Amino acid sequence: MTARVITITSGKGGVGKTTVTANLGVALALHRQRVVVIDADVGLRNLDVMLGLENRIVYDLVDVIEGRCRLRQAMVRDKRLPELFLLPAAQTRDKSAVQPADMVHICNELREQHDFILIDSPAGIEQGFRYAAAPADAILVVTNPEIAAVRDADRVIGLLEAEERGPIRLIINRLRPELVRRGEMLSVADVVELLAIELIGVIPEDKEIISAANRGEPLAFSKDSSQAGTAFHDIARRLLGEHVPFTPLREPGVLQRLFGFARSGGDQT
Amino acid sequence: MKGLKRLLGGEAEPPSGAIARERLRLVLAHDRTSISPALLETLKDEIIAVISKHVAIDANDVRVTFSQTARESRLVADIPLLNPRKRPASSE
Ligand SMILES: Nc1ncnc2c1ncn2[C@@H]1O[C@H](COP(=O)(O)OP(=O)(O)OP(=O)(O)O)[C@@H](O)[C@H]1O
Ligand SMILES: [Mg+2]
Repeated sequence: MTARVITITSGKGGVGKTTVTANLGVALALHRQRVVVIDADVGLRNLDVMLGLENRIVYDLVDVIEGRCRLRQAMVRDKRLPELFLLPAAQTRDKSAVQPADMVHICNELREQHDFILIDSPAGIEQGFRYAAAPADAILVVTNPEIAAVRDADRVIGLLEAEERGPIRLIINRLRPELVRRGEMLSVADVVELLAIELIGVIPEDKEIISAANRGEPLAFSKDSSQAGTAFHDIARRLLGEHVPFTPLREPGVLQRLFGFARSGGDQT
Repeated sequence: MKGLKRLLGGEAEPPSGAIARERLRLVLAHDRTSISPALLETLKDEIIAVISKHVAIDANDVRVTFSQTARESRLVADIPLLNPRKRPASSE
């Protein structure tokens, strides 16, 4: 078996690429897949803190590229999940330190011994996006149901299609079903129709994602505790070829809306 | 405010999600083709000029728009021909 390389990108910043990469990495590893997540956001490293691995970093991506260490030495193994590895970004360098060919080499070296390589792309459509996309067999474009995020996603999809890159799939993050119901937010159907690419996941807005990031413990660790956690596992299963139907998201219950903590109740939409 | 306006019988504004969808439709069409709204106007004027050299058309009703199917854009010109009988008097 040789690994599939999947790049997570978006165009617009802050839409949830790093959150998706961390949670998908965890979800796939919980499905017994051998996963490497690569933080390609050189200079703005984040994936390490989202995964709670920041204290275990010795070397980084640029150290590997510049020959200061071997690839294996830079990879941090997650003690909670032995199938999951992180290849961290350099924090004190900039994106000119990485070329597309470097990413292709690194991924080729990793393919033999892993099932999935997930690359967390930087925002934008410049060099960082280019090298992050270079080794990809498939691309996940993350967007929010908002006008600017959808527009930027369309730009990225256009660039990738012009290069005839592998399959491109859409993830809609931070959906708020109660706003969609009132007509105050673009619906899943609207975004899919506008961008005209195949959907692979819908993740609701969920405060727990922020507390999970605070703790360095992605929601996907506890699979069924929340709709967002389940959404990440559904994407992982779809990547594994399972047919997982898209079920409508429940709206937050009254308690949750009032106090913002209850995770349980909700009315089916 | 919006609710109040609606109560007072003002024009019901479509919800903002629908507005976003319609605005995006246009913005994406322009982004994808790099044809600006101004260029679209120019195209329309020149199409009218060329065609009316040969056939009588209703210049006020000409529409030049984008249509999108999946990720393919096309330019659609809808050019109503003038019914010969309705032509300006001189042609009788
Ligand atoms: N579904 C969600 N519900 C609530 N908060 C979310 C959700 N997804 C992401 N966030 C929050 O949004 C912020 C940005 O997310 P993230 O860092 O994953 O975005 P990004 O696309 O990687 O950003 P950048 O472009 O800067 O790399 C974070 O604080 C994250 O916790
Ligand atoms: Mg990020």
